[in-house]
Amino acid sequence: MLKTLFHSQLQLGLAQAGVAALTALLVVMAAARRGIHLEKDLAIAMARGLVQIVAVGSILLLLLRSPSWTSIFLLIAMIIAAGATSARRAKGMPGAFQVSTWSIACGAGSVIALMTALGVIDTPITALVPVGSMLIANAMNTNGLALNRFRSDVLAHVGEIETALALGADGKSSVSPYVQVSFEASLIPAIDSLRSLGIVWIPGLMAGMLLSGARPIYAAIYQFVLLAMIFAASGLTSLISTLLIRARVMSPAEQLILRPGQ
Amino acid sequence: MTLPEPGQADSVILRVENLGRSVPGKILVSGATFEVRKGETLAIVGPSGSGKSSLLRLLNRLDEPTTGTVYVDGTDYRQIPPRELRRRIGMVLQRPFLFPGKVAENLQFGPKQRGQNLSPAEIEELLAGVGLSGFESRDVSNLSGGEAQRVSFARALANSPEALLLDEPTSALDEAAKRDVETLIRQIGQEHGIPCVLVTHDVAQAARLAERALVLEGGQIVRSGPVKEALHA
Repeated sequence: MLKTLFHSQLQLGLAQAGVAALTALLVVMAAARRGIHLEKDLAIAMARGLVQIVAVGSILLLLLRSPSWTSIFLLIAMIIAAGATSARRAKGMPGAFQVSTWSIACGAGSVIALMTALGVIDTPITALVPVGSMLIANAMNTNGLALNRFRSDVLAHVGEIETALALGADGKSSVSPYVQVSFEASLIPAIDSLRSLGIVWIPGLMAGMLLSGARPIYAAIYQFVLLAMIFAASGLTSLISTLLIRARVMSPAEQLILRPGQ
Repeated sequence: MTLPEPGQADSVILRVENLGRSVPGKILVSGATFEVRKGETLAIVGPSGSGKSSLLRLLNRLDEPTTGTVYVDGTDYRQIPPRELRRRIGMVLQRPFLFPGKVAENLQFGPKQRGQNLSPAEIEELLAGVGLSGFESRDVSNLSGGEAQRVSFARALANSPEALLLDEPTSALDEAAKRDVETLIRQIGQEHGIPCVLVTHDVAQAARLAERALVLEGGQIVRSGPVKEALHA
């Protein structure tokens, strides 16, 4: 219906964005009727998301003719932004931004570098940046989930942790059970994505490849490749961040720093 | 029980000097100076928010003091590795926080941290000492509140501490369990010679168990001395 009303691609895009945003707004209104207020969060998130993706689209347009190495700077900027975003999920955790940024850089960055070196990810900027950004974005989400879960588990088990410390346990082993649980919980979405691939959803990359004329089997295999890379990047990021944050919640004198009200 | 003379140097296990802790915008404990002597029970009493538990947490360095220090057997406790310090200065909290599993595994926790294992006979002896003979294989999820608290005492004693810090150890228990734990606290001092620092909001309990008391208000010691004098001044 929209296509009959709007003939320019830009107008059509804005109209489609408006309809999709309206649908999300209806969900928020339904939630508000049940006392769950997401209006402000959603409004900010949607406005930011739209501005950011349009900005990236514009930058990509400019970079299309740039040499491949320029994509490194774009990916580094994305990693820093991802670190800042996922650190917000770990409010009150000491050094959350540094931990998040380093973890995403090492986790997603090393997978992007390895896969590019092996030729799994193509080097032109039009391939490297979108695929790299998918890995970084998923690593960011996994990192946010891991830190958020670790924070809430530690705060809920201060008594158990300090009992272990008071009995002579070292700081790292006192919080180890919560590191393991956080790591496992953070990977549930990535595992579920792999498990339900093709049955519950046909991901965007595969749909895009099919639309651009790729052979369906290759598009399907490459989608699996992408999800496996996402799992590797997310898993490595989560592993690094939970290990780094484990050391940050203890002082040098093995005192628990992350406590309610501090 | 005969208590050592006040100030007798070789009977002092903990010497606390000008100990304090502040966090931004709040003084939790200020200028605490006192001694803990072999075999005695020292009560720390005061209203809610007076800094009793904050002071206790400074004694085994679960929190970092911002002023002063504690001498353990004459050694500044900042010179003692924290894990070793906490083995020597044991702690029992208001809630027992037992680790999931069997009672015996909980008793093994402390010794295992330094690569040691308790023998079955040692476990039986520790459990007998807290009135829980035959509880080795019991799962901690099947214990009553009083039994769980007594296991937490046995777990702390498994580390062979030189002193025990007790943070409101009976406040979550019913009357019968409370009496059992009070008897246990007396035994620890009298039979093992281990001094106890008991934080309690219950003045009558302090009078029943302690030889000396410190009264805290606003993070400062406002009275101290023999328990009856300190509590009824």
